[in-house]
Amino acid sequence: MSRYFTEDHEWIEFDGDAATVGITDYAQGQLGDIVFVELPAAGTQLTKGKDAAVVESVKAASDVYSPVSGEVTEANPALEEDPALVNTAPEGDGWFFRATISDASELDGLMTEAKYKEFVAGL
Amino acid sequence: MNELEVGSETETVEAPETGTLPLDAWHRANGARMVEFAGYYMPIQYSGIVAEHDWTRSSAGLFDVSHMGQLTLSSDEGAEEDAATALERLLPGDIAGLKPGRMRYSLLLGDEGGVLDDLIVTNMGAAEGQALGMVVNGAMKWDDIAHLREHLPDAITLTLHDDKALLALQGPKAAAVLEDLVPGVGKLTFMKAAAFDWQGASLWISRAGYTGEDGFEISVPEDSAAAFADALIADERVKPVGLGARDSLRLEAGLPLYGHDLSPETDPVSAGLGFALSKKRRESGGWMGHGTCVSRFAEGCAERRVGLVLSGRLPAREGAAVMHGDEQVGRVTSGGFSPTLGHPVAMAYVASEHAADGTELSIDVRGKRLDARVAPMPFVPHKYYRGEA
Repeated sequence: MSRYFTEDHEWIEFDGDAATVGITDYAQGQLGDIVFVELPAAGTQLTKGKDAAVVESVKAASDVYSPVSGEVTEANPALEEDPALVNTAPEGDGWFFRATISDASELDGLMTEAKYKEFVAGL
Repeated sequence: MNELEVGSETETVEAPETGTLPLDAWHRANGARMVEFAGYYMPIQYSGIVAEHDWTRSSAGLFDVSHMGQLTLSSDEGAEEDAATALERLLPGDIAGLKPGRMRYSLLLGDEGGVLDDLIVTNMGAAEGQALGMVVNGAMKWDDIAHLREHLPDAITLTLHDDKALLALQGPKAAAVLEDLVPGVGKLTFMKAAAFDWQGASLWISRAGYTGEDGFEISVPEDSAAAFADALIADERVKPVGLGARDSLRLEAGLPLYGHDLSPETDPVSAGLGFALSKKRRESGGWMGHGTCVSRFAEGCAERRVGLVLSGRLPAREGAAVMHGDEQVGRVTSGGFSPTLGHPVAMAYVASEHAADGTELSIDVRGKRLDARVAPMPFVPHKYYRGEA
């Protein structure tokens, strides 16, 4: 399994042609206390770079973009009960959704963890 | 001050540079995340909005509201009328009847009764040479000054005290904390104010605020502001609180925010601020917007500002449509998640026939329909200190 990152602060972890998507620790820190996550239902078609989910913090609503194109297979049911999981475990139990990937070539523009850390340090 | 008037008439489109306030470095040193707000860099949060919100409701939160305009009005010697009489032509409150050391919430109104700003007027009494104090919204202060200068006689001197910081200490422990630093301050009750001294610095302290909690607003010379803020947070009952929690606190307290819940398109009666229109002055008239307000009282309003309690956890934000069945009957003007109540709340303008408490409505959020019930405000009870019972 390998994990990659986007400049919009999403992470994506691949396992064959399946992937799990969430937002990074940096992103949750910027958003602040999260009170609601609106997730795509299973079967939703995703387009790389387009809206996939909405995170509501105490401050504001923020869009989360899909790092790849594909189809949602499962939304994280735990976030309905406990959206604060995104604050406490953004890169673990606070994952957003799982999807199948339709175009493996889209992975080319993603950052490795080391590269993403460098990117965040420069912000 | 005439220059300000001219400036407002020849307004250019150039964006002014973002200003820094006296406590800018203090906020950064205390871990604030700074954002641009009302033309200044301001702290949005320190430890986190919910933690700061809860701390204010349970202990004492320190807010920097130095972006707000601190004005004084006084009449020159030999002037035909005093500042209160002159000011009463521009707002609907009983200012002439305000005793020294007393404060009143009021509104600057346009000719058609639209709200130009909401503000607090204080009779500062003999301590300040019989001046009236006014605290106005930060984003509106330049417009307010231009409006006041245009309509007040030349013999009324209007001064902007931008050499002073304005701090607010809010919460159930605010009075005990401030009494330790500034003995005697605990004798003030809600909406009263007086001059005090702290280590040689002149303070003007008001028992007021915008969180619904008991608390104070403290005007302090900019040179002493950081030392005074340090002295406050040295008390373990006090933590600094940013704009984020200030907004969630005032929303729970049902207090309207200018530019969102109040605007030149809204009048005080529709906004539910009839209390700011003193009975005496409603009858006497002689103030801008009087005609509109009188007819709203007599004939009713097409829409009213109401509170909405939402079920679920998804907040409705400003601009969301309020629905009755398939018909839009209103719009949300501010909304968010209430940390104290654990569910979302909102303020909205809703057609009067759907504005009664308990009315079941819904709000459209990105195509989802959220159940919302019209509810009395404040959502969280006010805890103002009005003296020992």
